[in-house]
Amino acid sequence: MSQTSRRNGYGLPVEQGMYDPLNEHDACGFGFIADIHNKPRHEIVHQALEIVHHLDHRGAIGADPLAGDGAGILIQIPDAFMRKVFAKQGIEVPAKGDYAIGMVFLPRDHKLRDLAIKAVEKTTAEEGQVLLGWRDVPTDNSVLGESVKPNEPVIKQVLIKRGPNTPDRAAFERKLYVIRKQAHHALWDKDEGSWQDFYFPSMSSATIVYKGMVLAPNLAKYYVDFQDPDFATAIALFHQRFSTNTFPSWRLAQPFRFLCHNGEINTLRGNVNWMNARRHNMSSKILGDDLDKLWPLIGDGSSDSSTFDNALELLVMGGYSLSHAMMLMIPEAWKDNPQMDPKRRAFYEYYSAMMEPWDGPAAMAFTDGKQIAATLDRNGLRPARYIVTDDGLVVMASEVGVLPIPEEKIVQKWRLQPGKMLVVDLEEHRIISDEEVKNELASEYPYQDWLDATQIHLADLPPEIGPMTPDAKTLLDQQQAFGYNREDLKFFLEPMAEEGQDPIGSMGRDFPLAALSDKSRMLYDYFFQNFAQVTNPPIDPIREELVMSLVSFIGPRPDLLDLGSGGKHKRLEVDQPILSNTDLERIRRIENHVDGEFRTYTLDICYQNTGPNRQTMAQAVDRICQKAEKVVREQGYNIIILSDRCMDADNIAVPALLATGAVHHHLIRQGLRTEVGLVVETGEARRVHDFCLLAGYGAEAMNPYLAFDTISNIVAEKGEGLSEAKAHSYYIKAVGKGMLKVMSKMGISTYQSYCGAQIFDAVGLSSDLIDAYFTGTATKVEGSGINEIAEETERRHSLAFGDGPLYRGDLDVGGDLAFRVRGEEHVWTPETIGTLQHAVRSANYKQFKAYTAKINDQTAKLKNLRGLFDLKPVGKPVPLDEVEPASEIVKRFATGAMSFGSISWEAHTTLAIAMNRIGGRSNTGEGGEDESRYKPLPNGDSMKSRIKQVASGRFGVTTEYLVNADDLQIKMAQGAKPGEGGQLPGHKVDEWIARVRHSTPGVGLISPPPHHDIYSIEDLAQLIHDLKNVNPKARVSVKLVSEVGVGTVAAGVSKAYADHVTISGHDGGTGASPLTSILNAGGPWELGLAEAHQTLVMNALRGRISVQVDGGIRTGRDVVIGALLGADEFGFATSALIAEGCIMMRKCHLNTCPVGVATQDPELRKRFTGEPEHIVNFFTFMAEEVREIMAELGFRTINEMIGRREALDVRPAVDHWKAHGVDVTRLLAPVKPAEGVNIYNCESQDHGLEKALDHQLIKDAKDAIEGGTPVSLEYPIININRTVGAMMSGEIALRHGHAGLPDDTIHVKFTGNAGQSFGAWLSKGVSFELSGDANDYVGKGLSGGRIAVYPSPKSPIVPEQNIIVGNTVLYGAISGECYFRGLAGERFAVRNSGATAVVEGCGDHGCEYMTGGTVVVLGETGRNFAAGMSGGIAYILDEAGDFASLCNQGMVELEPIDAAEADDGTEDVASDPMRFDARRLKGLIENHHRYTGSSRAKQILDNWDAYLPKFVKIVPVDYRRALRDMQERAASETAALAGE
Amino acid sequence: MGKPTGFLEIERHDRSYRPVEERLKHWQEFIEPLSDSEVSEQGARCMDCGIPYCHQGCPVNNIIPEWNDYAYRNKWREGLDLLHSTNNFPEFTGRVCPAPCEASCTLNLQDTPVTIKTIECSLVDKGWAKGWIKPQIAAHHTDKRVAVVGSGPAGLACAQQLARAGHRVVVFEKNERIGGLLRFGIPDFKMEKHLIDRRIAQMQAEGVEFRPNSHVGVNVDAADLVKDFDAVALCGGSEHPRDLPVPGRELPGVHYAMEFLTQQNRRVAGSNTPQASEIMATGKHVVVIGGGDTGSDCVGTSNRHGAASVTQLELMPQPPEKENKALSWPNWPLKLRTSSSHQEGCVRDFAVATKSFTAGPDGRVAELNGIRLEWKPSESGGMEMVEVAGSEVTLKADLVLLAMGFVHPVHNGMLESLGLDLDPRGNVQADTDKYATSQPKVFAAGDMRRGQSLVVWAIREGRQCARSIDEFLMGTTDLPR
Repeated sequence: MSQTSRRNGYGLPVEQGMYDPLNEHDACGFGFIADIHNKPRHEIVHQALEIVHHLDHRGAIGADPLAGDGAGILIQIPDAFMRKVFAKQGIEVPAKGDYAIGMVFLPRDHKLRDLAIKAVEKTTAEEGQVLLGWRDVPTDNSVLGESVKPNEPVIKQVLIKRGPNTPDRAAFERKLYVIRKQAHHALWDKDEGSWQDFYFPSMSSATIVYKGMVLAPNLAKYYVDFQDPDFATAIALFHQRFSTNTFPSWRLAQPFRFLCHNGEINTLRGNVNWMNARRHNMSSKILGDDLDKLWPLIGDGSSDSSTFDNALELLVMGGYSLSHAMMLMIPEAWKDNPQMDPKRRAFYEYYSAMMEPWDGPAAMAFTDGKQIAATLDRNGLRPARYIVTDDGLVVMASEVGVLPIPEEKIVQKWRLQPGKMLVVDLEEHRIISDEEVKNELASEYPYQDWLDATQIHLADLPPEIGPMTPDAKTLLDQQQAFGYNREDLKFFLEPMAEEGQDPIGSMGRDFPLAALSDKSRMLYDYFFQNFAQVTNPPIDPIREELVMSLVSFIGPRPDLLDLGSGGKHKRLEVDQPILSNTDLERIRRIENHVDGEFRTYTLDICYQNTGPNRQTMAQAVDRICQKAEKVVREQGYNIIILSDRCMDADNIAVPALLATGAVHHHLIRQGLRTEVGLVVETGEARRVHDFCLLAGYGAEAMNPYLAFDTISNIVAEKGEGLSEAKAHSYYIKAVGKGMLKVMSKMGISTYQSYCGAQIFDAVGLSSDLIDAYFTGTATKVEGSGINEIAEETERRHSLAFGDGPLYRGDLDVGGDLAFRVRGEEHVWTPETIGTLQHAVRSANYKQFKAYTAKINDQTAKLKNLRGLFDLKPVGKPVPLDEVEPASEIVKRFATGAMSFGSISWEAHTTLAIAMNRIGGRSNTGEGGEDESRYKPLPNGDSMKSRIKQVASGRFGVTTEYLVNADDLQIKMAQGAKPGEGGQLPGHKVDEWIARVRHSTPGVGLISPPPHHDIYSIEDLAQLIHDLKNVNPKARVSVKLVSEVGVGTVAAGVSKAYADHVTISGHDGGTGASPLTSILNAGGPWELGLAEAHQTLVMNALRGRISVQVDGGIRTGRDVVIGALLGADEFGFATSALIAEGCIMMRKCHLNTCPVGVATQDPELRKRFTGEPEHIVNFFTFMAEEVREIMAELGFRTINEMIGRREALDVRPAVDHWKAHGVDVTRLLAPVKPAEGVNIYNCESQDHGLEKALDHQLIKDAKDAIEGGTPVSLEYPIININRTVGAMMSGEIALRHGHAGLPDDTIHVKFTGNAGQSFGAWLSKGVSFELSGDANDYVGKGLSGGRIAVYPSPKSPIVPEQNIIVGNTVLYGAISGECYFRGLAGERFAVRNSGATAVVEGCGDHGCEYMTGGTVVVLGETGRNFAAGMSGGIAYILDEAGDFASLCNQGMVELEPIDAAEADDGTEDVASDPMRFDARRLKGLIENHHRYTGSSRAKQILDNWDAYLPKFVKIVPVDYRRALRDMQERAASETAALAGE
Repeated sequence: MGKPTGFLEIERHDRSYRPVEERLKHWQEFIEPLSDSEVSEQGARCMDCGIPYCHQGCPVNNIIPEWNDYAYRNKWREGLDLLHSTNNFPEFTGRVCPAPCEASCTLNLQDTPVTIKTIECSLVDKGWAKGWIKPQIAAHHTDKRVAVVGSGPAGLACAQQLARAGHRVVVFEKNERIGGLLRFGIPDFKMEKHLIDRRIAQMQAEGVEFRPNSHVGVNVDAADLVKDFDAVALCGGSEHPRDLPVPGRELPGVHYAMEFLTQQNRRVAGSNTPQASEIMATGKHVVVIGGGDTGSDCVGTSNRHGAASVTQLELMPQPPEKENKALSWPNWPLKLRTSSSHQEGCVRDFAVATKSFTAGPDGRVAELNGIRLEWKPSESGGMEMVEVAGSEVTLKADLVLLAMGFVHPVHNGMLESLGLDLDPRGNVQADTDKYATSQPKVFAAGDMRRGQSLVVWAIREGRQCARSIDEFLMGTTDLPR
């Protein structure tokens, strides 16, 4: 009856080809409206719907214009209405509270429907409740899209009366819960499709949910009930969905029974597993025996939000209050938070052992009818603004201004803050603050006492002694048996132990997938880390460390439903999961301490493959699982240490990962997992990736004893420097840092929720193996089973203990990270590189063919998945001259995104010139572009890159930069390091690079992991809209990296109106990235491309978007296979670099590139020998080869060839000892396009730009834009006017460049609530004034303009206590000024490079990653101010004197302002940011007062001498040093000049 | 690994030669080794390339970056062990290898490759000096017997590997002493022969039995060998020299280079040739025909004899002094190579074809008549030579040494009696995977299989052939390729 094994679609298509419904994502506009006085009225329903209508741009429309992704509303049961309508049927509705209404979606099929209805009737009776009758819910399906109609359910309401034996309303609700679950179960075993269409949107005595696959504005038309004036409620929770697919799934529309959710639960797989694992140890006094009727707990929907709702429901039914349950599931960041009340911290710590966080970006609105509330997760990555009116209406939504309410009625404007909760209590008629709600809950029980009594910290246990390092010979044997090679020591262990960092490397991976390799690979190598792209953001674990935690609990988990007793179970806590040898001994011997609460069993995971006790590995794993079950179930052990310490010449170790996954899943299936802790003691794990996998498959802690022994040996051999203890602790630190990075890539903040979350794809493992031991992990191409894994392991083992001369005294060479002859195979070899370079330099096509022959030859050694394809003609061969000419084909070619900075000027411009010559495209990469390149060279060449990248750092992304592009590429992820940011160290930032990036020479630059304006798919749509406004002619492209699920993301990207999407393979290169990422994240492009193409075609979204593939495209054959799998365009990075001279030194990160490609060293740059001709030859040859293949296959044009999988044949790797099981047929799955659906890019997106307010602005300011005649304009504005000012600024930048117009040439005053991205990329010479307030992203990319926002003069609010602008204001601003009379949300001035801003308060993470400019905050800031701030200055008015505790002082220093500094007025204050502070500050506050009329400013100015000492100046340390260096240099130059 | 910026900070500095006037007076090696600290410093120049082109350039695939790093870190013994893991005889290659590794070194793009050969030689010389190099006697022996025919570098490498795998190995050598061309072809001033002797001693300890004066196909029956042994490895070299069939070829004083060189090597070793058949250059005008390494050895030997003049002729045009790196690197470039022997005094002339020899009054060769050539692109796409009318030259030539390479192995005797298939060039047919010939149990490696080549290629083939034989005998093998 397992639902998950069916992998069906819950209304989505079933799993097919590369598509899997499990990968669907969604995001949305959401919120609630509530009358504090709890007076039901009809108007509230319509107000809610109007809000949703105003959030239209946050929803999406697929190929069918009427089919939205679903919308819905959750309200109180409209009592009067129900009474009326049931009375018409002759049914009398019982007293309010004594009845419930079930909203039911039923199958359209009569027989099934009857079955379902009978099931409800039967279970209602069984549970002792009284079913009074059914009602057909009237609907008008004329508003449904054609694609939705076939799936429309039959919608009925069921009226149930509280039974006589049900004492109260709470008990009634619990019974309703049981009825629903049971009724549902009754249909599960029936026909495959039936139960999917049977669904209860709600069944409650308090609330009811109306939802469907309609566009929000049509909801009221679809449900005829809405039109009845008696249809009244005091609250409404509403939701408009934006999903990545276009498949109509009624049940996935929101709200669910308790909540609606904007965001994503990243740890879902783990959370679901852990819920299932609890079965055996969960009991509830309240639910009693009913608990057993509820299993499986999870599972009437497939989305993360519905699953969350299921879990929340259990907790609520189990006796938790809604807010209590919510705090438990989405805890604040409590660890190491000095500001948190100790009681609250104890509360969180106590519950952290009970349940792992449901981690991921989340804004949740929820209600039980009595309270309506909302909360944000610890990162606060979703916008949620609210207002309160003078008559008690509370409106909370993703945006402000969504309901036209007169400003004079609004008494409060605020926002949800990270980790905070807003509760409206309808019975007490008041808003309960976060503080109050949580204090009350935290004081309810003596949590600290309970903790003191039950929580054991490992460090508090008595010391033990760990075993010593063995002799060199034994050590070597062990290392070999566990697959260590020289690279493990050289690239990983040694640097980790010496530097305490996860090591860095460069370029990409070009060696075979584990399953295709001829070497014996580690099981870890078959898994690739997942990462966040688009649908949720990665986290910066360094700069936003406050949300991260490695705390792990080992051992049995307390009963989740054991409420209020404090629990009997002891809980063992560790700060981080890597155990030293002594820590492990403490756990092994814990039975003697802690009152014998813990008993540890060490389970040997070794086996013998010869002799009387011989076993296969499969048998051994089975034995291990049985043993684990037995010691837990029968012998009372509650910690298991899976150990391979007994590995020796006779005993082979089962791969620790296999043993861990097997035991973890076995115990989950037995419902025993939460009764025991799982610790792994292994010689095998050594790299960060290894530990991540062990954790991901259930290990609560790990002891890598052999890694420690190896490090001890390294230390001993060196005989100098580090002590052994220090080296071990550095290593542990490095692993911890690395794991945090891997977790944060997926947006996961806590180890607890990462543990068991299985955030990996398998590539090259058989489904049998996965289903048995790694249940639920995606594996798309099959491959090795347990016998192959055993073979690999046994080969290693016999090598280690055999007498092979190569291994007698030394480790294997490895050869993954640097080519070695006896090492792993590589695509790039001395031979292939030499041949390619000789070919392009001598314009020798024959030699080029020799090069491609070498690359393509996979007869002996398989190197990649495409090697398993054969090309086969689809028709008669075509004469070569009838095939599209090479000059056309090369237009589909682009070079990769490599920044000027990561590669040299010479290397960068050579690529650009060459691509411009052939009509292809080169890419700026992340780092701006020198404006000199916009002018053609005298010989007609152009150095302009047609593709301009917009990455998370936004370096040099000016309006001028954007308007000089043909393509604007939003880099969501990079093949070599998806989910990660980057860092350009200060020594690489010379004056030139600093100028192009608008930063300071010598100061390091950080690219954040996420785009701070893209936390979700609707945010991406907004950025696409922004960019399209600035430059309407450019295509907007989104760069994604292949992983399982990338297809659905691509579909979402297409729905977000991107014109172009890139699917990058994981073997793409990098200038610098942790090796963990280069080697272990992302997937091959073949998989991602096939999935993207198939999903886009299924969604009828393919024609409107161009699909590009890159990441290891090297030959014409690669191009053809790319096209056949569905690509329109092709990107080349490494191969193009090689054509211009790169020799794969893999030294980019060291700045020592000996051929002048990836270096800024002037001496080394002289060694660059590349010429544009070489690149031109390369691409022309490539196109010629493509043509030759096309001719053979029978294609005349590329368009004809795109997506034509029938030209591919699968060549099984029958004679490969390992790869024989790999099966790529899924990549070729037939996806039949619907009639008229295009399968290559030939349509265009409708960006809706004609609605932009800017058209009016441009018209009205025509003279000013063209002739500089000053103009002053006025307009009203509402939240659907988005990105105002950007298009006009684009027009200005086209004519006047970055310099723009004279100050204040165009002055525009707006009145109202501005939509997102107000004043984005505003050019110099434009001043915006806004009376009202604004949403997120004000002044994004500001390029010289001025923005002032102040409250409406009619508004009664106190400006400095209310929010005026949203989150992520001034992101990537280059220059200009901003004045905000009021507070800003989170991440104010993030990545500001040069703008000046004054604000009266701001949220968390203010001035994050700032590299320049000046920020003044005339009030409080949130936490983590100045994290990653490397340049610019900030002044904070610190009246409370607590700013130091809110500031992240990792890179900055705080200092007072020198009031005494001479003010002779002779020098310009702008000349030196390190001086003239008082004058500068005063000037800015004066401006603030002038532009906004701020009374706060006036008060400060009036009492200047009293206020000045309360200001604190924030200066980045490196910035100060760099400025000083520059001054010294300038001074010495002046002196030198004077001396001449 | 190494020093990341070493190549930018440290100049290339290689071994030097003793002065010409001094070295011409003796037959010993004349290279001045570098000091330990110099070698270590040169090791630091290695860039530890992501793709170490050297490592592909080297036929035995020496794991060069690693031992460069060991040298840099003064971990000589570790470096030596690693070196030995790919090369049985680094002291031979460290002296006579033309070092394709250095040609393909990334720093050769700037003409300053790492002094790989010097580091190799230092590692192994130090190993011998310190007594680190010991026999590696197999712990277990098999009952398999393998015959290795030929004791040049291929045969020795093959025999050593097989012995270390535990097989009983017998090496058959037609000459009176072991070593093949290593001993008899390469002059002592380039490689002193005691280096071979100590390897033979090592191999004897490892169980290899040497049978000199055993010319298979002549005084040892080839078929018996195949019958008596479980496997036979043919490593007999490519000894059929290329001839110059022009008028006067038969004149006294016209010799194959190898006749001249082997005599001298025996002479240095103390076994003198009867005076009547002695070939000496003393006081003669010597013309060496052929511009390769053998020719160069003839030049060095002639000068040590005290020749009146030495001229070396080459059919091909003079190659450029400096190659076009853009089109050649990382491959072995065609360029003008000047050996230490050339430095000792010699006239080199290119694009000259020898038409005939003229006898002097004594009936011995006295003059060489040649003509200059022009090389033009041919219709077939290659180059063809055209004689330049009126460019006839005549050279004084009292001694003419033909150093024009070897055509293929000697077919008479062993190869014919075993009835082995030959490849189109006349070498023994066998692939580089199995090294198996057309006859069961019979394998071939080295020049006998691939045609004339370098010592380092011979070592590679010997090793790989041993692996194949081990696998053939045992079903599996631990020997590295």
